[in-house]
Amino acid sequence: MISHNAPEQILDPLLVAEGWMAEGRDVAIATVVETWGSAPRPAGSHLVIDEQGNFEGSVSGGCVEGSVIAEAMEVIKQGQPRMLEFGVADETAWQVGLSCGGRIKVYVERLG
Amino acid sequence: MDPYCLKKLNQERLARHAAILLTDLGDGRDRVVREGDPVAGPLRDAINQAFLSGTSKVVEIEGRSFFLNVHLPPPRLVVIGAVHISQALAPMAKLAGYDMEIIDPRTAFATPERFPDVRLFAEWPQDSLQARPFDRYTAVAAVTHDPKIDDLPLERALRAGCFYVGALGSRKTHAKRVERLKTLGLNDEQIGSIHAPIGLDIGAASPAEIAVSIMGEVIKAFRARSVQTALRLEKTA
Repeated sequence: MISHNAPEQILDPLLVAEGWMAEGRDVAIATVVETWGSAPRPAGSHLVIDEQGNFEGSVSGGCVEGSVIAEAMEVIKQGQPRMLEFGVADETAWQVGLSCGGRIKVYVERLG
Repeated sequence: MDPYCLKKLNQERLARHAAILLTDLGDGRDRVVREGDPVAGPLRDAINQAFLSGTSKVVEIEGRSFFLNVHLPPPRLVVIGAVHISQALAPMAKLAGYDMEIIDPRTAFATPERFPDVRLFAEWPQDSLQARPFDRYTAVAAVTHDPKIDDLPLERALRAGCFYVGALGSRKTHAKRVERLKTLGLNDEQIGSIHAPIGLDIGAASPAEIAVSIMGEVIKAFRARSVQTALRLEKTA
């Protein structure tokens, strides 16, 4: 598929992250690094989060963003990157899951 | 992520340059690799492959995991000529994910009624190109048959290393075009890279069928484009 992250788009997560950084906000960047099955967003997709929990972008169709945001706020405080994995909704493994039946890995890191 | 890397990456993206953000998933360190930058060691093949495919992925090299996030500029298709073929091509290009625009100084052809859903510039190509120059992620199809309109954008497209340059016209018409482009100082390799007669050979007869053959040829060129060839052509320009 052709990637369509045209940077002139106003809601481009990486441009938003740079803008937030320039405003002095603490920022985390979450990136889909691997997908299996019918994951809604391809590898390379971004969700950016600030220390207040404001966010822009997406790593799924809205299924796991809440969880990623909570983790991202921890990453902003502690500084260590984390690898998160989300799969088919399954309460024994995860509280949140992807209803589409896919599985994704999301890398969350602090900016700076 | 290193703030400097983010700034650099955004700069490259805004300038329509292809770039990869390379992240070592073990220690979190990252760097920006621009298309054409020399890369040493075992990562080189993975990087080249990622630029060609445009697919972001994790690669394992010597026991370390790297994430290659590929940022390719969205491909553009610039059509010189607001003709019947272009009317059929516009919706196809949109479906295929191409950002298409049409340039034609003949205001009788370039009317919004004929082209409701595509960016249309009723002006000479040299004026359009000043505002929106061609680059390696641009495909150019010249379909007016008129050298006064087609020749200049063809020359610019070849010098800019566009991933696809096509020109409508019979072999006889093209032979004359080749002679004109030679006098403009273009070399045989550059001129030889023009797709003429335009379009894949599918026996296309109607304007819509020719549009299909052009779209197929553009997609094929984009998927097979060689970074090295483009860089070499750019240097000799």
